[in-house]
Order: sequence, then C-alpha cells, then structure tokens
Amino acid sequence: MSLTRLTAAELAEKIASREVSAVEAAQAHLDRIAEVDGEVHAFLHVGTEAALANAALVDEQVAAGTALGPLAGVPLALKDVFTTADMPTTCGSKILEGWRPPYDATVTARLRAAGITILGKTNMDEFAMGSSTEHSAYGPTHNPWDLSRIPGGSGGGSAAALAAFEAPLAIGTDTGGSIRQPAAVTGTVGVKPTYGGVSRYGLVACASSLDQGGPCARTVLDAALLHEVIAGHDPLDSTSIDRPVPSVVEAARIGAQGDLSGLRVGVVKELGGEGYQPGVRASFDAALQRLEKLGAEVVEVSCPHFEYAMAAYYLILPSEVSSNLARFDAMRYGLRVDEGASAEEVMAATREAGFGPEVKRRIILGTYALSSGYYDAYYGQAQKVRTLISRDFSAAFAKADVLVSPTAPTTAFPLGEKVDDPLAMYLNDLATIPTNLAGVAGMSVPSGLAEEDGLPVGLQIMAPALGEAVMYRVGAAFEASRTADEGALVAPEVAR
Amino acid sequence: MTAPALVDYADVVARYEPTLGLEVHVELSTNTKMFCGCATTFGAEPNTQVCPTCLGLPGSLPVVNRTAVESAIRIGLALNCSIAPWGRFARKNYFYPDMPKNFQTSQYDEPICVDGYMDVTLDDGEVVRVGIERAHMEEDTGKSLHVGGATGRIHGADYSLLDYNRAGVPLIEIVTRMIPGTGERAPEVARAYVTQLRDLIKSLGVSDVRMDQGSMRCDVNLSLSPAGSGVLGTRTETKNVNSLRSVERAVRYEMSRQAGVLDAGGEIVQETRHFEEQSGTTRAGRRKETSEDYRYFPEPDLVPIAPSESWVEELRGTLPEKPWERRARLQAEWGISDEELRDLVNAGAIDLISDTVAAGAPAGEARSWWVAYLAQQANARGVELAELPITPGQVARVIALVAAGDLNNKLARQVVDGVLAGEGEPDEVVESRGLTVVSDDGALIAAVDEALAAQPDVADKIRAGKVQAAGAIVGAVMKATRGQADAKRVRELIIERVGS
Repeated sequence: MSLTRLTAAELAEKIASREVSAVEAAQAHLDRIAEVDGEVHAFLHVGTEAALANAALVDEQVAAGTALGPLAGVPLALKDVFTTADMPTTCGSKILEGWRPPYDATVTARLRAAGITILGKTNMDEFAMGSSTEHSAYGPTHNPWDLSRIPGGSGGGSAAALAAFEAPLAIGTDTGGSIRQPAAVTGTVGVKPTYGGVSRYGLVACASSLDQGGPCARTVLDAALLHEVIAGHDPLDSTSIDRPVPSVVEAARIGAQGDLSGLRVGVVKELGGEGYQPGVRASFDAALQRLEKLGAEVVEVSCPHFEYAMAAYYLILPSEVSSNLARFDAMRYGLRVDEGASAEEVMAATREAGFGPEVKRRIILGTYALSSGYYDAYYGQAQKVRTLISRDFSAAFAKADVLVSPTAPTTAFPLGEKVDDPLAMYLNDLATIPTNLAGVAGMSVPSGLAEEDGLPVGLQIMAPALGEAVMYRVGAAFEASRTADEGALVAPEVAR
Repeated sequence: MTAPALVDYADVVARYEPTLGLEVHVELSTNTKMFCGCATTFGAEPNTQVCPTCLGLPGSLPVVNRTAVESAIRIGLALNCSIAPWGRFARKNYFYPDMPKNFQTSQYDEPICVDGYMDVTLDDGEVVRVGIERAHMEEDTGKSLHVGGATGRIHGADYSLLDYNRAGVPLIEIVTRMIPGTGERAPEVARAYVTQLRDLIKSLGVSDVRMDQGSMRCDVNLSLSPAGSGVLGTRTETKNVNSLRSVERAVRYEMSRQAGVLDAGGEIVQETRHFEEQSGTTRAGRRKETSEDYRYFPEPDLVPIAPSESWVEELRGTLPEKPWERRARLQAEWGISDEELRDLVNAGAIDLISDTVAAGAPAGEARSWWVAYLAQQANARGVELAELPITPGQVARVIALVAAGDLNNKLARQVVDGVLAGEGEPDEVVESRGLTVVSDDGALIAAVDEALAAQPDVADKIRAGKVQAAGAIVGAVMKATRGQADAKRVRELIIERVGS
C-alpha cells in the first residue's frame, strides 16, 4: 500500500519502528504533490528542502533512540495563515505576496517541536474570508472529488490536500466554519477547538474573537493526535486558556470501541430546518439512527437565537477585520504600490491593489458598523446576540452532552456558482457560525455520500467549552461504525 | 487673512473667565513595553528595540505588562482615584505611518482610574483642588522624522523616516476635569498642577517625567467665557507644550488670542493648536475636513484587566509620602523658612539633604554643605547637584569627622574635593592626603609657645583678660601647622600657656 494512503497514526508507527523512514514518508507525499497538485492546487508553497531536512533529522533521532512525539516524521500541510520563518506567509492575498515572517507561529513551533514534517503552505480564501477558496488571490483549489467543484473554504487547501492524499495531516483555522465546512465537502475530518484552546500567536488574524486554529485529518484519531500537539496554554496569547488540554486521543480510542450508551445527543431544532440539500438531510437522518444504534439517546433541543447568528456574525467579523487588516499599509512589509506623493496615497493605492473584492467588502462593512452613531445599533447589538447564543448553548448542553447538525447545507458546489453572490456564499456557514460566536468546540466527520451527486456530506458534532473529549468520543464511535458498514470515503484518483 | 490682535492680559481677565483642562501623558519607566518584551531605553539606535508585536507584524499578539498596570494603579491611588475592578482595552483606529497596527491600543470608556483629585498649592499658599476625571493606560506610537519641506511635518516632506523604538512604550494619560474659576491665575494654576503632578509621579518612581525628553507631555485645553455669563466657550487643545514654563505661557497666550478673536466678533474654532516654544505663540494645526471617527471597540486580543481589591490595597501600601507633605514635614524638622525651602527645592537639594540627615548628619550642617560648597562645585562643573560624584552618605561622613574634631572645615573641604576627584571614600582621602587635624598637644604647645614668644605684646593683652586677642596667635599657630591644627584646642592651649 502506498505510504500516502496510510493514516497519520499508522505512518507514525512505521516511522517509529523504522519500518519506513521519515524521509521516505516525506518524499512519497512530495511526489504525490508533484503528481496531483497541478490540478488540485492545494498548495501555495511547497518547502521541499526543509521538509526533507526535518525528516532526516527525525530519522537520525529515531536511530539514536531519542524519545519522540507520537507524530514525529509525519508530513503535514499548513494553512498559509500561520507564520513560518522558513517559508512565505501570504494568507492567500496579493498584499502579502512573498512576505517571509521573521518568526514562527506558536502552532508552527509546536509542530516543529513534535518532529512533524511541514510539507508546505496551503491555499485559502484571502485572509480566511470565504467558503470556497475562490477568493484566494492565487487561484482556487479544486475539490479532489470533482475538480470542477469547490473544496470549501476558507481552508479548502488543507482539506483538499488530505482528500487528495497529498498529506495525512493538515492545520486549518475556523472563524465561522473554515475548518469544518471544507472537511464536510471533501469527506475529511476537521476540528474547531474551544476558543482559546489553540494559540493564535502567529495566526494572521481575520476576526480575533472568532478565529481558532485546529487539526484536520482523514480520521478522528489522527485529528486527536494532532490536536494534542498544537493545543495548550501559550503565554504569548492572552486569550489562550490556561487549563489542561482535554485527553482527546484517549477519548477517540475509547469512542472507536463503538459504545455511546449513556450519552445524550441533542439535535438542534433550528439547524435542521429548510435549506438543506435532500442528500445532506438524508445523510444526517441516517447519522442520527446510527448514533442511536451506538447507544446514544437522541433528544431535540432548541436554540432560539441561532437564527440571528448569521446577522451578528456579519457585523462582528467585519468590524474586527476592518481593524485587524488596517496594518497592511505598505509602510513596513508586503506589497507597496508607490503611486502618489504622500503616505496616505501610497497606503490607499496599495490597499486598492492588494486586497480582493471580498476583503474590501468586509473592511467597508466593518468600518461602517463601527462608525460613531452606528456602533450601538450594529456592533453593540451583535455582541448582545452573541451573549444570547452562548446562553442557548448553555441551556442545550444542560440537556445533551453533544449537539449535532449537518455541517454544511449542501455538498460541494461548482466553482464559480456562488462567487458573485456573497449572501449565497455566506449561507454555507449557517450551521457552523454559532459555535464560533459562543467559543465552544465543533467538529465535522464524514457521514457518507449524498445520493443525488455522490459527494461527501459532513456531520457536525458540537461540545461545550473544553468538552472536546466527549466530542472526539462521539466522532470516533460514529466514524468506526460508519466505515465498518460503508468503508472510508476515498476521493476518486484525481490524477495519474 | 490676518489674525485679530492679541488682547492685553489684564484686559482679558477683566472681561473673560478662562476654563482650563489639562491632559498629561506620562511615559512609564518600565523595563519593557506595554504589550511585548522589548526594551524601552531612551535614545537607542532607531528600530533596535522592536519585535513582531510592537511592529504590528501579521499574526503578532499583545500581552499586558503587569508592571505597567501596577504603575497605573499607583498613579491613580496617589491622585485619589477609584480603581476600576474590571475594564477592557479598546482599539482607537486611525491610519498614520508611525502606528504599526494603524490602531492604538488604549482604554476608552473603561479607564482603570477614575474620579480623583489633587490639591494644588500656588506660590502664595492658595490651594486649588483640581479634579481628575480619569487616568488610563495606552501605548505610545513610533516617531516620525519628516525630511525636507518647509514645516517639518508630514505634509510637504520629501520623505519620512520612522523609528518604532517608542512604539508600544506604556503611557498613562491623566485627564483633569474642567478647571473653572481660576481667573487671572489660570496660567499659574496650570503650571502648578503640572509641576505638582510631575513631582508626585517622580516620587512614585514610575516615570522619569522628563518634559525635555518627552517622557511627560502636556496638552492644554482652554476656553473663555464672557465674565459672569456662565456660558462655556469653545475650547482649543494646544499640543507640543514641552516645559513647565511653556505650560504657563501657552495658557496665557491662548487667553489673549481667544479674547482677540471673540472681541473681533469671531468664533473660536474647536481645533488642535501647536505651541511654538521660541515665539511663545500657538498656531493652528492642519484643519481636518471631517471630524475624526476613531471607531473605538473593545480590543479582542486582550482579556479584561480586573485588579483584585487585595492587590489594589497592597499597592496603596507602597505609596510614599506625598512630595509636598514631605517637604512641609522637612521644613518643620529643619526649621527653615518658606523661602529657604523654595531655594532648596529649586536647587534639587531636598532629597540630598534628607538622605544626608538620614545618614546621621545634623540638618543644619547637611543643608549648609549642599547649598554652599557642593552647590558651588556643581555650578563650576555645570552639572545638577544630584549629578555630583559624591553621595549623601559620604557628605554625612565628612560632617561626622568634623564633629569628632578629626577635621576642621578647611580640611573637610579638601576631603570633599578628594571624593569628587574620585579618590575614594572620605576616610581614604584623609589617609592618602594626610589630612588629619594635629591633635598631639606636644607639637601644638611648642607651636603656641613659639607664637606667644614671637608676639609678646599680644601675649600681654591676653594675660590682661583680652581673650579676643588670642585670634592672632591662633592664626599664627594654624599657619605654622599648615592648617592641620584643631583651632578649638589651640585656643584652649593659648589660655593655658599665657597663664603659666
């Protein structure tokens, strides 16, 4: 079996036992990237030399008997929104084209410390704004299930890299669904940890109060292994939680035994209504039956304020974006369009040329929402909705251990279909946005293929803040049961 | 368009009532910046004290400096403020090249210190209570150097250089409430407030408060209302007021200027003005076409500051005696007049004298050393008294040696000279220069006898009871011993020897 088809856990074991060298593992994935990425376009940058150098170091350490982390030598695709001192960091934007950060993000540093081989940086919607990667300044990523379709977004590059077997592990960031929705439409696993669970230091901000880095993989166990590498308190991030990381690996292993008896799974009434593609709906219903079969009690819960989540999100996010992205002004780094005599003119010309339409749209929205006279009506009001949504979650988690919903309302849609219709694009994140507003945890696991188009569907599992263990347990149980019956979701061979 | 004529100051105060407001920025002397670990040393090479956070690089995040919060709380407590039990930072959004993130992390509607006051004492003893509206924390910006162009400002410059060393240095902004009713004393009140605030903050040890280095900066708000009208006028905000004297001048000038505008039937424009140190005038800044909208919102990258009551009380316990209370106490202890006290304050001698007394010297002698001989030495060297290379402890030791009779005043000055010249501790100088008083009676008796023999007429006068005539003999003995004799002992020996 090809090394690229192995899970991260399997590959790590072979590297640790010297059955496979880390260099071989890295090279196999680099070869796969060379083979298929021309069509998939998951990567914006491939760091071949650094990847092989890391792998060689891991091999030396294995040979020397050095104790290494459980994922040492396993290759990984890093979303291009985390700073890397040895590779460019562009966030999918022209304004950062070629920028080499002088420092590593905390996540980057933890990956390196764990001996993980970073293959390169993955494509994304510009500054993580979008649900299709079509808003990348460097061209869209294609869904390995159907190259004419979107891989989701903003982390479409990371999800596509997994689905195309270019990497067994990836890192994404989730502001309103940017890890979970791509996972759903590519048939992979993606986790948005509790806000503050993974350090944001070196994660180029989209919306600071919503952004959260998280693990992406093809199996729940792999995601759990990666979760434990990147999570944990970071003194460089004031919003990072100073509490022990939940034991998600153990939870995933327990879950895989397939017993969920005693657990209550809440179906959020407000996330089960109109607007879902029939095949998505059907897959979700089947998932509920499967959860019951595993011993869980399925209950209905109501979160009445979720209907305002989208509106609140599109006030809070652009407001923070408008401020966070103000720093891109050509004075210190990045693109500089030197037209005009004054600093003000250079700033304006650079931002005009450097930002894409979606980013500009959100900067303008946010600037407006924060303006004097509008603040209370927009930003202030949205923050109140946010509080109400948190209360809805608290009430729901009093009745259920985890909540579930379809991750995204549709399967992967064709490239170009929604790129000029922002509202249609925003609706992709209807079910994922509430968790970001409340700071709770969420994951997407494959729930099968939609009957009408044969494309992957995702099941979203949500858990209270720092409740990742139960979330991973449910996800692993569901995955084990489903793959036992239907087999793992494998994208068609995209290139030969 | 010519500006209306200035109105004579006496005329202004006869017809208008000024309302003052003062905003003072104080740069804290923390070792590191407000939100990162960079050093804050003044005058370092440009852009050498920077990191991803204070350069606002993509992905960087702020972390609050605990010492800065502590300093803010201590300043607030010293100004009789309440300390907010919970408060968030906010972002003040505007574009400017020396602002790395194009927003300043500041406190907006949730300042850490609110509702205080300071009683300001004027020269004649009158006390004016100045209300403190708030004191809040924020980060400083970088520095721009605009090269070329006529004004030295960004508009019209050929190019600009940016130094981000100052970016992120912690600032405390202290804002007074409106200060009405100061009348003709408004300039004096403004100066006294800033002076007293500077002394207070200095006593807390949280800032250098050097106006000349920009670690204390003052903005003067001023409006005039027709006397007796009770109608508040439109205010101007004057920046670039960089010395205590300038504070006074800026208030005075703005009063005369605004009165001129109002007398000519004009309206005061609410604007930012710049004080011109050389001419003592203020000039309008660039007029903004639209009013600035800073789009404040809570800083999502930081968690709220929530100082516990016990921490605040612990910090209250660290507050030193207020500088003006301490001065009053020392004045009483040293038994000096108001004028003498003012001289000591102006000479920067209070701490030095107080420390010398604390090292065991009598107050009178300590004071006399610092304001006389040491002041002369400082003057001759062109340095501040405190910059002389001698410590209060060393001065106290010299005073002790004189009191013990080991040194006389002349020798003591030589010892001090030695210490100033870097020859070591007073005792080492005494040793190495061989400056001990001659107290060997044998040698002194010989010298006294010799002097009496040389001047028999004087000896007769002394014998006849004219004791004051002994001075001539003392002088002769001192000369013979090259000043190293103890004059008191010599006098005793003269009386003994003439009688024998």
